[in-house]
Amino acid sequence: MEALVTLSGPAAPLPVPNINTDMIAPMSTPANAGKPRAFAPSRADLARMLFATWRYDTADREIPDFVLNRAPFRQARFLIGGVNFGCGSSRDTAPAMLSAFGIRCVIAPSFGAIFSDNCYKIGLLPMVLDEATVGGLARDAEGGGEFILDVAAQTLTSPGGSTVSFALPAFRREQLLKGADDIALTLRRGAEIAAHQARERAARPWTLLPPRLPPREAV
Amino acid sequence: MHPRPAQTLFEKIWARHVIADYGDGFALMHVDRLIVPDLSSHALSALRERGLPLHNPELVFGCADHAISTDPDSNDPHGLANPYIVNLRAQAQHFGLTMFEPREFGHGIMHVIAPELGLTLPGLTLCCADSHSCTNGALGALAWGIGAGELTHILATQTSVQQKPQTMRIRLDGRLPAQTHGKDIVLHLIGKIGVAAGNGYAVEYCGEAIDALPMDARFTICNMSVEFGARFGLIAPDDVSIGYLAGRPYAPQGAQWDAAVADWRSLPSDPQAAFDREIAVDCSGLAPQVTWGNTPEAVLPIDGRIPDPAQESDLARRRAMEAALAYMELTPGSPIEGTPIDWVFIGSCTNSRLSDLRAAAGVVKGRKVAPRVRAWVVPGSQQVKQSAEAEGLDSIFRAAGFEWREAGCSMCLGANGDIVPRGERCVSTSNRNFVGRQGPGSRTHLASPLLAAASACAGAIADPRKLM
Repeated sequence: MEALVTLSGPAAPLPVPNINTDMIAPMSTPANAGKPRAFAPSRADLARMLFATWRYDTADREIPDFVLNRAPFRQARFLIGGVNFGCGSSRDTAPAMLSAFGIRCVIAPSFGAIFSDNCYKIGLLPMVLDEATVGGLARDAEGGGEFILDVAAQTLTSPGGSTVSFALPAFRREQLLKGADDIALTLRRGAEIAAHQARERAARPWTLLPPRLPPREAV
Repeated sequence: MHPRPAQTLFEKIWARHVIADYGDGFALMHVDRLIVPDLSSHALSALRERGLPLHNPELVFGCADHAISTDPDSNDPHGLANPYIVNLRAQAQHFGLTMFEPREFGHGIMHVIAPELGLTLPGLTLCCADSHSCTNGALGALAWGIGAGELTHILATQTSVQQKPQTMRIRLDGRLPAQTHGKDIVLHLIGKIGVAAGNGYAVEYCGEAIDALPMDARFTICNMSVEFGARFGLIAPDDVSIGYLAGRPYAPQGAQWDAAVADWRSLPSDPQAAFDREIAVDCSGLAPQVTWGNTPEAVLPIDGRIPDPAQESDLARRRAMEAALAYMELTPGSPIEGTPIDWVFIGSCTNSRLSDLRAAAGVVKGRKVAPRVRAWVVPGSQQVKQSAEAEGLDSIFRAAGFEWREAGCSMCLGANGDIVPRGERCVSTSNRNFVGRQGPGSRTHLASPLLAAASACAGAIADPRKLM
């Protein structure tokens, strides 16, 4: 996973409540209704698909009014959303598309739980701030100035120079700062996992299933 | 010795599965069952690319549900040319996990087949790369949705790091009136508490209305927990759920069954257990519900009128309402009943089980689908399809002019070719009415199978109570 230590750039204001992951990462663009997106999308494909429903018309032209189609937000590094941002589907193409576009921090009063987990998995910070603060930041962001994130200090500095602190559990902070390989970390606990499974097999054998036969060709 | 502190159902299952405590409520949790849907088969590819083994192949199941065509005349009925399904099959063979092949026994939507096969059991943890994993909580399991990245982690370790949520109890009082359904309860609930009320909570449903509901309707309610932000929805095991599981293919048998049942009886929340939040909803007198907007909280009783954004004081919410009304092409103040429709979709992990189809068939019998309406029934699984055909439900639907399709997620999400065309209006028994959810430009009204069936026959959003 990519570490996230600092980040600076414009913040795109999108103060709409309940933006769901179907909207962030649609199954198809308006011009390609019913044709699902590529099986193995490139980073460029992912960046292009972000908010496709709001970004393109049915002839695949950019809709000029949409925030991510306007300078300087084409280079946005932050997105400022509304309550319950990232609700809905568990698709982790939603953070992947934001990240591919260049956005590595979303600021909102609250997030969908699965989306939030998926963000941390790829080094994207879903920053929770109270509604009034988010509203103020969204207004500051309209000018297109630079926001600065410092994960270690847990601060966000606005273009005007004011700084807000944000909460971040220690586990999440480490995850972002180190960009560690979470699978490798968990595999170090192999003995504990094996001990748990052995206990379960003895106490409640139905919770685990009998080991499966080897793959078909080996039978 | 101190007595054991009173615990909720959720806390009991959570505690059993903690392998390591990571602080601030984060824990490394054992995952007892894992389901890999076709759209997330790249998680298996990622594991293979890293050269890692699958930790417990016997606990992992592949499900070709999201991407499969449900067209009975499809030229690719087994998904042999579908890249998602081709990859799932190849990886399943490589890693030695069980994949339920399209159109064969066991195939269907993951949240329909997992309970049906007895893969979901009380007290277990279950993850699927799908937000509606909470459906499985109706059997008293701790089931949660994950993304494909976390899926790779579970494939490699059979564990997941989770932050313990707060607990919420929702008591559903009263008896459900005739011609209403579990779907009406959960839509009404979401309308009342809002789509973000469950953020950060694991929800346990209880009360007279729940006790009286069969398993299928309980799945419907738990399924939509995530639609108000709750990642987990649970119902305590009781005679209904234990009876449902008896004899299921993967459920324990013989002496193990008896031991399991004794254990499951100990799982319900202790009488003194405290919840962080409690909500009560009265279900007696509930009218059939139908959504008008682009979030599941935008819901009305069938005799209600489209709300007026001018009455909404919050600016962001008012703008969202105006956008929804424009997208849905609806006028404030007009009745929702009688709104002309183009499509009806009866299916999805919310409402594609046998009792859903029976309820819809009861409305449809002896009637015809209105001219110019296309109406589909998509059974949730091969087993549901066969059981429905054995009772002749398919004949009732076909005689009325419905299309009787193969099992799969179909028109719920616009990922498999089954879409509602741009600008057309669909009454759907699925769970999301988001902008473009059923295809770019599609307009979705969520409702029960009864209301959907009645609307198919009326050619407009209709009250099923008037057709009986």
